[in-house]
Amino acid sequence: MDVVSSKTITVEVNGARYEREVDARRLLIHFLRDDLDLTGSHIGCDTGNCGACSVLVDGTLVKSCMLLGIQADGAKIETVEGLAQDGRLTALQQSFSDHHALQCGYCTPGMLMSATALLRANPHPSELEIRHGIQGNICRCTGYVNIVEAIRAAAE
Amino acid sequence: MTETTVSPERPLVVEEGEEQRGFIGQSVPRKEDKRLVQGEGVFFDDVKRHEMGFVHFARSPYAHARIKSVDVSKALELDGVYGTLTGDEVAILTDPFFELSTPPGANIKDYALAVGKVRHVGDPVAAVVARTRELARDAAELVEVDYEPLPVLLDGEEALKDEVVLHDDAASNTVWSGIFDWGDFDAALAEADHVVRIERLHFDRFSSTPLECSGCLVEYNRGTGQWTIHGTHQMPGVGAIWMAPALRVGIDKLRFVSQDIGGGFGNKITLHPQFTACCLLARKLNRPVQWTEWRTDQHTANTHGNERTFLDVTVPVKADGTMLGFSVRAIDDCGAFPRYEPLGCIIWAQVTPGCYRWRNVRVDFTQVCTNKSPVAPNRGYSRMQHLWLTERIVDIVANELGLDPVEVRKRNYVKQDEFPYETPNGCVYDSGDYARCLDIALELIGYETIEDRRREAESRGKLLGIGIGSTLDSGTNNFGQSMILNPELQFSGNNEVATVKLDIFGEIVVTLGTVPQGQSHETTTAQVVADILGCSPDDVNVRAGHDTYWNSHAGFSGTYASQFAVTGLGAVKGAADKLAGEMKLLASAVFGCSPDDIELAEGHARIKGNPEAALPFMALGAILNANNAGLPPDLDISLNVRYVYRPPFEKPDLERKFGNLTLTYATQIHACVVEVDPETGVYEIVDYAAVDDCGKRIHPQIVEGQVHGATAHALGAATHEIFTYDEEGNLLTPNFYDYHVPHALDMPPMRTGYVESESPFTPLGAKGMGEGGGAGIHAMCAALQNALGRRGEGPIVSRSCNPYHRVWELLQNPSESRKLVTVESR
Repeated sequence: MDVVSSKTITVEVNGARYEREVDARRLLIHFLRDDLDLTGSHIGCDTGNCGACSVLVDGTLVKSCMLLGIQADGAKIETVEGLAQDGRLTALQQSFSDHHALQCGYCTPGMLMSATALLRANPHPSELEIRHGIQGNICRCTGYVNIVEAIRAAAE
Repeated sequence: MTETTVSPERPLVVEEGEEQRGFIGQSVPRKEDKRLVQGEGVFFDDVKRHEMGFVHFARSPYAHARIKSVDVSKALELDGVYGTLTGDEVAILTDPFFELSTPPGANIKDYALAVGKVRHVGDPVAAVVARTRELARDAAELVEVDYEPLPVLLDGEEALKDEVVLHDDAASNTVWSGIFDWGDFDAALAEADHVVRIERLHFDRFSSTPLECSGCLVEYNRGTGQWTIHGTHQMPGVGAIWMAPALRVGIDKLRFVSQDIGGGFGNKITLHPQFTACCLLARKLNRPVQWTEWRTDQHTANTHGNERTFLDVTVPVKADGTMLGFSVRAIDDCGAFPRYEPLGCIIWAQVTPGCYRWRNVRVDFTQVCTNKSPVAPNRGYSRMQHLWLTERIVDIVANELGLDPVEVRKRNYVKQDEFPYETPNGCVYDSGDYARCLDIALELIGYETIEDRRREAESRGKLLGIGIGSTLDSGTNNFGQSMILNPELQFSGNNEVATVKLDIFGEIVVTLGTVPQGQSHETTTAQVVADILGCSPDDVNVRAGHDTYWNSHAGFSGTYASQFAVTGLGAVKGAADKLAGEMKLLASAVFGCSPDDIELAEGHARIKGNPEAALPFMALGAILNANNAGLPPDLDISLNVRYVYRPPFEKPDLERKFGNLTLTYATQIHACVVEVDPETGVYEIVDYAAVDDCGKRIHPQIVEGQVHGATAHALGAATHEIFTYDEEGNLLTPNFYDYHVPHALDMPPMRTGYVESESPFTPLGAKGMGEGGGAGIHAMCAALQNALGRRGEGPIVSRSCNPYHRVWELLQNPSESRKLVTVESR
């Protein structure tokens, strides 16, 4: 049996098209960070628990360490780098800053992508719905208090 | 000055263009955020170099074994592998890291890789460098190690027997031991109306597990013999003190660089072994190498918080509930290597009597090695374990003698009018108002109605409990305390550095010696500088992160031990004050007036009372740097000022183990209400309040954020976060599947309040803060005990971490834990 060790894939990330040969075993997060140099998405665990690598693939929130790069062939991917337009922060990004919803900033990109997905699906979530919306994202700095508040304020 | 409020003001955001009189004390927008919310931060793993190789460590599957041989030949045969490093090479190329302890601990030999033996699961035995991360990992699997397994030692008390010894060179598992005896404990015992004895309390192992794992990218410059380490070390000054002698180079050969770090909490202080291995590899292979720690590696083999067992706790109590002190035998388990230890054997003494007026304290302290992960100064380092003891003492004594935990605290707390208060071992608590903090916390959780709520909960079949946790967040270490452990050490005092310059186009540029990991140093620095120079924080350009080659660091530079608001901002203030003086001198030379006639305001140096005569900062920068002909020859200024802040400390009295060990004492009083399901032991936190007093708050929103975060760490540690091992020494919680840190749904609703008791000892009246989360552990233990039984009955909560199953066990067999406590009444 032939073993496929690499494959050329085409993806659209934040509106830009990339064609790259990628190792079949390479995780999507490593493809984004190491091959495309989009280092905004982070890695905080080996097990899919922390959500620091959360991105949107064809509009669906995914943890990009749980997908191989080759699985994203043909997909449209949104990462934190694509949120602000022409240097203008989104309402969520601005709200995170206003409410001190980030300290070290390491979980923030994944947290913002989860919150973006949440507000697209549910523009006026309750506090409980907000907490459900970010339960796949670990933050070790804030105790989530100000993150929940920032998302609530951005939804108003 | 003491100011209090029950409900803190909402975060204040300064609108652009809005006039402000003084930025200190205001919640100005954070300078760090713009890059971080756009994914434009630079963390070490984001840094890339041409042709860099990726490092993966081959790690021990055994907790304790002799290494018979290490064979890397198969790894080297793999296409794309650049090279390897083994313990044998390390033993030739480096000297063992400097140990802080006296013997036996002093004789331990700790290297960058395991030499001769492995001492915990995950102990690195070899390192492999390859073209990709994946290849490096594959190649590490091909490293063949022949081990001879040895008996495993996993318990601190067992370690004292020395039947199994980890470090043959030390010939004992004891790292350090000593007796601390202050006041007259025997007289206190004789004077007591009751003596409460607690046989055993145990503070469990956990770690604040920063979301970014550790790592570095190391470049070696062959021409100069100098390494540049882009890494996560949060105390590089001390890291270099360990690494340079081990590598047999001068300390200036090590350049530490970091911009953004994804949380540290103390877990990134003892990275010298891994960084040293990377330095050796970069030199050996003549290429940049990068090591990124995996989550499982961080949990199994980087750092845990100290685990501590308290035996034979004895508390003399007067009839009115006044406690006279305590005695205890403490056994601290530091895992396989001491590294930053045995400093934890003295750090607790910063808060010897906790928040209480206890004058007689005797502590018999021993630290031992076991076949578990090494420890590091986890948030609340060593004081948290000790303060948990003092709070357990208060609540167990109150429970056994039928005293009200609120009343007994207020009776024993140091009183507001007693500050500055000298503890029995010579520490000086600078300021505070513990009783008032407690009152605010109780008001925030609705304490007045607690008995009604208890009955209401009982009607639903639930047990309701309330608990209080009091802590001190001691900050700004006097490193002289290390000499109490080892008189040979040449460390005392403390320092931090900042530089401030006015550049050629009028830019104000600040560099710090600190190494922030989320503590907002850029923002608070800009507030202080703006107030001194008469400009806006937006005009102050604070360089992000740390770079040894900025010449803005000193021996103790770093971010640790709750000190930035004192040492970091003290350095910033000192440098900005000096720069302001130079700017006035220059302006006075230009205007031909006295410097006293010059004021700095609105971005100008101007003659007081004559706003027309004003030089913008840009003109001052340009005149000195580029247009200086004609200036007076004796005008001795550079507009580039370096200032070293040095807190006022004396060396301690080593004989009496007596002296002031820290400069400031922030206070946290937490109150917690839990509801327990008696059938299952499952519980829920239904109300929570945290009151913080850190003196003058430079930026209230940032302070409150630290309170939230520290509380989350504490609640994680109190409920589910625990490092447990099986009998062979395998860690059972090596990743976020098994090690459950709080998620958004786990956090209870939290109310916060504050008091501002300004420190009389610090440049800005501020105190370091951020580590006071331990109060949450104390409050949770107290609340559970209160829920499970009251007034001299019910189980005794004797562990710091109480997952549901442990609560269920306490409920099933309350008499078992009650055996731990006896009361002798006279």
